[in-house]
Amino acid sequence: MTTVSDTVRAPARRLRVLRRPQATTGFWSWFTTIDHKKIGIMYGTTALAFFVIGGVEALLLRLQLAGPNGTLLTAAQYNELFTMHGTTMIFLMGMPLAVAFGNYLIPLQIGARDVAFPRLNAFGYWGFLMGGLFIYSSFFIGGSAPNGGWFGYTPLTSTPLGRGFLPGHGADFWAVGIVMLGIASTTSAINFIVTVLQLRAPGMTLMRMPVFTWMMLVTAFLTLFAMPIITAALIMVYFDRNIGTNFFQPAAGADPLLYQNLFWLFGHPEVYILILPGMGIVSEILPVFSRKPLFGYPVVVFSGIAIGFIGWGVWAHHMFATGLGPVAISAFALSTMIIAVPTGVKIFNWLATVWRGAVRLKTAMLFALGFIAMFTLGGLSGVLHSVVPADTQQTDTYFVVAHFHYVLFGGLVFGLFGGFYYWFPKLYGRFLDERLGKFNFWTMLLGFNLTFFPMHFVGLLGMPRRTYRYDTGLGWDFLNQLETIGAFVIALSVLAFIVNVMVSRRHGQVSGDDPWDARTLEWTTPSPPPMYNFAEIPQVEARDDFWHHKYTEDETGHAVRLPSGAAVAVEERPAGGDGGGEHGGEEHGDGHGIHMPSPSYFPFIVALGLPILGYAAVFQAVWLVPIGALVVLFGMYAWGIEPQTEP
Amino acid sequence: MTTDQVAVPSEHDVVKAGHDAPATGMGVSNTKLAMWLFLSSDCLFFGAFISAYLFYRGRPQPGPHPADVYNIPFTSVTSFILLMSSLTMVLALAAIMRGDYRRLRVWLLATALFGATFIGGQVFEFTEFYRQGFTLSKNLSGSTFFVLTGLHGAHVTAGIIWLLSLWGLATQGRLTSRDSERVEIAGLYWHFVDVVWIVIFTVVYLIPK
Repeated sequence: MTTVSDTVRAPARRLRVLRRPQATTGFWSWFTTIDHKKIGIMYGTTALAFFVIGGVEALLLRLQLAGPNGTLLTAAQYNELFTMHGTTMIFLMGMPLAVAFGNYLIPLQIGARDVAFPRLNAFGYWGFLMGGLFIYSSFFIGGSAPNGGWFGYTPLTSTPLGRGFLPGHGADFWAVGIVMLGIASTTSAINFIVTVLQLRAPGMTLMRMPVFTWMMLVTAFLTLFAMPIITAALIMVYFDRNIGTNFFQPAAGADPLLYQNLFWLFGHPEVYILILPGMGIVSEILPVFSRKPLFGYPVVVFSGIAIGFIGWGVWAHHMFATGLGPVAISAFALSTMIIAVPTGVKIFNWLATVWRGAVRLKTAMLFALGFIAMFTLGGLSGVLHSVVPADTQQTDTYFVVAHFHYVLFGGLVFGLFGGFYYWFPKLYGRFLDERLGKFNFWTMLLGFNLTFFPMHFVGLLGMPRRTYRYDTGLGWDFLNQLETIGAFVIALSVLAFIVNVMVSRRHGQVSGDDPWDARTLEWTTPSPPPMYNFAEIPQVEARDDFWHHKYTEDETGHAVRLPSGAAVAVEERPAGGDGGGEHGGEEHGDGHGIHMPSPSYFPFIVALGLPILGYAAVFQAVWLVPIGALVVLFGMYAWGIEPQTEP
Repeated sequence: MTTDQVAVPSEHDVVKAGHDAPATGMGVSNTKLAMWLFLSSDCLFFGAFISAYLFYRGRPQPGPHPADVYNIPFTSVTSFILLMSSLTMVLALAAIMRGDYRRLRVWLLATALFGATFIGGQVFEFTEFYRQGFTLSKNLSGSTFFVLTGLHGAHVTAGIIWLLSLWGLATQGRLTSRDSERVEIAGLYWHFVDVVWIVIFTVVYLIPK
């Protein structure tokens, strides 16, 4: 990769703390990089590592439940593992992996050279990594990993250590760690929103934007408004545990519904924070592999926005069993049914996109189709939950576990895997292997259904969630055995994926710049894209602009390939965008003269201060506070006076 | 809020360098938009604590109750001082936009001092409440009151540090009219914290239970 920044350097004296890092390659450059593509890869790699860890936790849970009266885990270990499985998959895998895609793709899809705040972007990553490592360090210090569930209901989690039922500092680590992750994800949400609203290439109007970028925009708004609520709730939990407040202490007359309302007011939008990026990815894959434009683009976009809005009015359906009263329950049941409508609209749009298309069943497409099928099943069991009498029966049984794994695994994870196969050639210039990919898909589909479909049955048969063992003779034994086998099939599938990535990165078939004959701007760049993304900022004329540069229509409406270089032919279209054009000027080609932001140490340093403050909070170690505060303040001041780009 | 200011080269321009006339965008600078977004997020943060306060207000609990200890005239005075600091903040921004650096320094310092006065009042108020037995762990109102107002105080304190940092830069001559947006953005934060206090003062102190 060429360094764009080290062209001319004026020897001006300026206020500085550390020498500005310059390397854009090599080991240390990963700590100072502010390139959105590198940061995207770092997010992705870290989140996949957490995906594997969360998966191993799930396997341990399944081994424990493989037969009645399992003895592999103690009750306490089981609590830690299911808490950390949920926390990991939601905060350390789902959200950051979507952010990874967003980081890499949003600037490329809107025709920008980087995100709006490259250093803040780096901080978001380091904050996420530190938060994840911080929470996981609780396995080694502090007596216990988080053990009160990913939802951390009070008063179980909020009762001070020594008086409560949860051993160890797990709940403290959980509360403080999630606040840390919240800071990181809020910065990345702000960054994404500003990037999308401000940095679009000329002509890239909002209604020409790729649907993935649209969904990331909605997701960013949801993150922006949901994280402060959970942050507030967790501060209350932390204070209750450590400085003697009474927010959730029943002895002082506190009401457990306060926490549940705050948590689910965050928690339900969080569900859409997780699923909307998956919907966006699928909306990119389906048109390309059906060789048709996305059916009803505006409707897909507006359904996404509608989900974003209505998602704030359904939270109490997580609390139907708590006795909210008939009025509240009816209202939330109705809104829950209503939110199924835009979701259903999207599913029909995707089906209509594929309908009568020239479908190519590549692995990416298989995952996208798998997404539609599995997500629909999850959506259907979700609608069942809006029927209050049914929901009160299903609450806290495995039926609920089946439901949300169908939406989050069948939805989000299938979407993300489709995204890996689709965009991998852009990242590395090589395809992921298709044969391993198909194996990856079919084993995942099989393993997934084997694991989670029987959970509907055991749930209806009354098997409760979060219990570490069950008696024989309840009719659950065989189904649980199936589920455990399914879980290992999924593990095999993920293993195949990891092998595929390892091998294909270096030895995969070379793909070229536009291997799928796609339609969005990221495919106009070289694979992998240069640091500055676009030698020349593209001019956008239409939705699916790149496609219109390659194809025109004949009288029967069939696509006809334009002779390459003849992009001018259609409708007096000005040249450019096809990686070339007349008005390239001196900037054209090698990217010299393009000023990119310089690398920086300070995002990493500020993030380094967070876990120090975190340990100070968990162990009430007052002496650590000034150290952590100094690190953070040093990083922030140095960041503040450091110019974005060295001259 | 304030009107247009000098075009400041922002992070935006570096990334977008390569073509003039951006056809897309919101017509505000990136950093200002980011600050607005952060503040909208912070609204929900305070909203959660205010909701908690309202959720528990009037529930049966042991005394003393907030109404027993409030000193409304005193808090009104400190509230007024905090609101006046918004005026000095605006004057500081006007000064830097005119290039009047002496007044910039004066008004930045005045804003920070008004803020510090408010914090001093809060510290006094808290100690007074504690003396009368209304504490953080006494009852539900104590928890919700002290954490809500305390976190607001933390926001004000962060704002004071920010203002003093700007003042430090200004005294070294490193804050020129090209950088007026830095003052404007600090101002956005400062006004927001003031507005939140108006809500808290009304909801927590003035509306009787």
